[in-house]
Amino acid sequence: MKKAFELTNHTADMGIIAYGADMKELLSNAALALFSLITEPGSIEERSHVNLKVRSDEKDSLLVEWLNELLYLFDTKHILFSRFDIRNLTHNELKATCYGETFDPMKHKIKTGAKAATYHMLKLDRNNDGYKAQVILDI
Amino acid sequence: MTQWQGQLIKIDDYRWKIPDNYKTGMRVPGLIYASKEMLESIREEQTPEQVANVAFLPGIVDYSLAMPDIHWGYGFPIGGVAATNIKDGVVSPGGVGYDINCGVRLLRTSLSEADVRPRISQLIDALFHNVPSGLGSEGKMKISQKEMNQLMVEGARWAVKRGLGCEEDLDVTEGGGCFAGADPSKVSDKAIKRGMPQAGTLGSGNHFLEIQVVKKIFDSHTASIMGITDIGQILVLIHTGSRGFGHQICTDHLRIMEQAVSKYGIKLPDRQLACAPVESEEGQGYLAAMACAANYAWVNRQCIAHWVKESFSGIFGRSPEELGMRQIYDVAHNIAKIEEHTIDGRTLKVCVHRKGATRAFPAGHKDTPKRYKEIGQPVLVPGDMGRCSFVAVGTQKAMSETFGSTCHGAGRVLSRGAAKRGFRGADIIRELQSRGIIVRAGSVPALAEEVSQAYKDVTEVIDVVHQAGISRKVAMAVPMAVIKG
Repeated sequence: MKKAFELTNHTADMGIIAYGADMKELLSNAALALFSLITEPGSIEERSHVNLKVRSDEKDSLLVEWLNELLYLFDTKHILFSRFDIRNLTHNELKATCYGETFDPMKHKIKTGAKAATYHMLKLDRNNDGYKAQVILDI
Repeated sequence: MTQWQGQLIKIDDYRWKIPDNYKTGMRVPGLIYASKEMLESIREEQTPEQVANVAFLPGIVDYSLAMPDIHWGYGFPIGGVAATNIKDGVVSPGGVGYDINCGVRLLRTSLSEADVRPRISQLIDALFHNVPSGLGSEGKMKISQKEMNQLMVEGARWAVKRGLGCEEDLDVTEGGGCFAGADPSKVSDKAIKRGMPQAGTLGSGNHFLEIQVVKKIFDSHTASIMGITDIGQILVLIHTGSRGFGHQICTDHLRIMEQAVSKYGIKLPDRQLACAPVESEEGQGYLAAMACAANYAWVNRQCIAHWVKESFSGIFGRSPEELGMRQIYDVAHNIAKIEEHTIDGRTLKVCVHRKGATRAFPAGHKDTPKRYKEIGQPVLVPGDMGRCSFVAVGTQKAMSETFGSTCHGAGRVLSRGAAKRGFRGADIIRELQSRGIIVRAGSVPALAEEVSQAYKDVTEVIDVVHQAGISRKVAMAVPMAVIKG
């Protein structure tokens, strides 16, 4: 199977490279990469779900907005997610159901505290194999 | 990554110029303050490219500057300073950063190392308990929406009015701990929802609270005016910012700026430099929201400083006044400010972006606090948790060369991932303990990211700004106990 994502390194920050056969898979893998940077995704059980709608002007900004929306939920509601079902996707809007559970410091070891997805060195490419995106995260 | 291959023209031992013909679109040259030895890692990181990119900003005057603690940031380098003419220039949220008014506050005490060492474990535990820290940590203050609206406008005074600190603290806080022009209507509900529960928390990442011991005093007269009088004296340093609140404001306004870039036909080499004219609706909107975050950060450090004093008082059974606990100063190192500066003999109103850079106003300046009129504004330069931190003062040379700015810290040399691959949190705790430094951390694995070796030696950084004359070093202190979020 093709890999879903990689984590990359910057001096002050970290980034993710996500892959997907289509944009839906790419968005889902980018979100998984984000949470695997924060904690061990295997430790997140699917105990609850959240329905999300994210809008943006362009496809690559949609990716940044989507990750920022998930970070916002983590920061305010303390929910960690491990599965993302992108139900609906247009060029500037996505609807998703995200599955996960509330952060429990006894259960979920924090690896790195990501705080924002940036536009810096943002890349979204398409080739014969599908999509590839790079996002740098502020830590 | 390959080394940056551009030209760095030596002006003197501490100044290196990137000519404005390096890249088409640069409006001014770049100027990096660094020693020859630092240049290799600076080139390695490609940061001069970012200094050159900042020189594209419309209305930028004089130079795109970089301090010796420069490292790779998004859009702007960290350690970058850029001033734009407010008449025809832009304001860029990327020139401030996500953690708006991230900064440091330094407290002095009359305690000595001998007084504190026997009780250091109890003291650090009390601080760890009284100052909420760590990722997603929530404050012990329950703030209503109405109170949130007040603190966004009032800044540190909001906390002082509630008994958290005293009037004197405001006198020795940059801008009195209040950024004028804050407008809560420019702040999104999301930012407010992120900010309300996090007020009065240290946070995570590189934020910390440190108990320090004075090791060197370079200028005893200047130090004594700050209340630093003895080798072995205990100081407390607090490093934090505006938490998720500032992050959300930056994220929200970057989105607005993305549209402004095409609306105003601004050409930029990096999307993260997104900006809008200072005097446009978008520019004014950002500055009004940024002011809210700056004020929030000052409330944050004001509250934490108060709980630090309470913790000391609880352990030593004496009041903070009896312990000689007094604030030395509080500086912002991620901020944009409208200031007056003289460029080529002309006085201009400029928007000074300091991203990972500290204001360094000289003796006699109208904005240097009364207590420090004679010596210049204190500059607080934290190092990493295993080495040391410095106290310096601003100079006239900083005024004429760097828009009254200087360095802000050590600056990273290793990525977080590289630090984690090379070091383990538990080993770092043991190693520091063997050197008499106690560490408490919200996340032990994440501690590896903050290992000493991940940072430049702050001593080299301070020596550059001292030798270049843009600040003057006053004292050096080493950590005795550290709380990392």
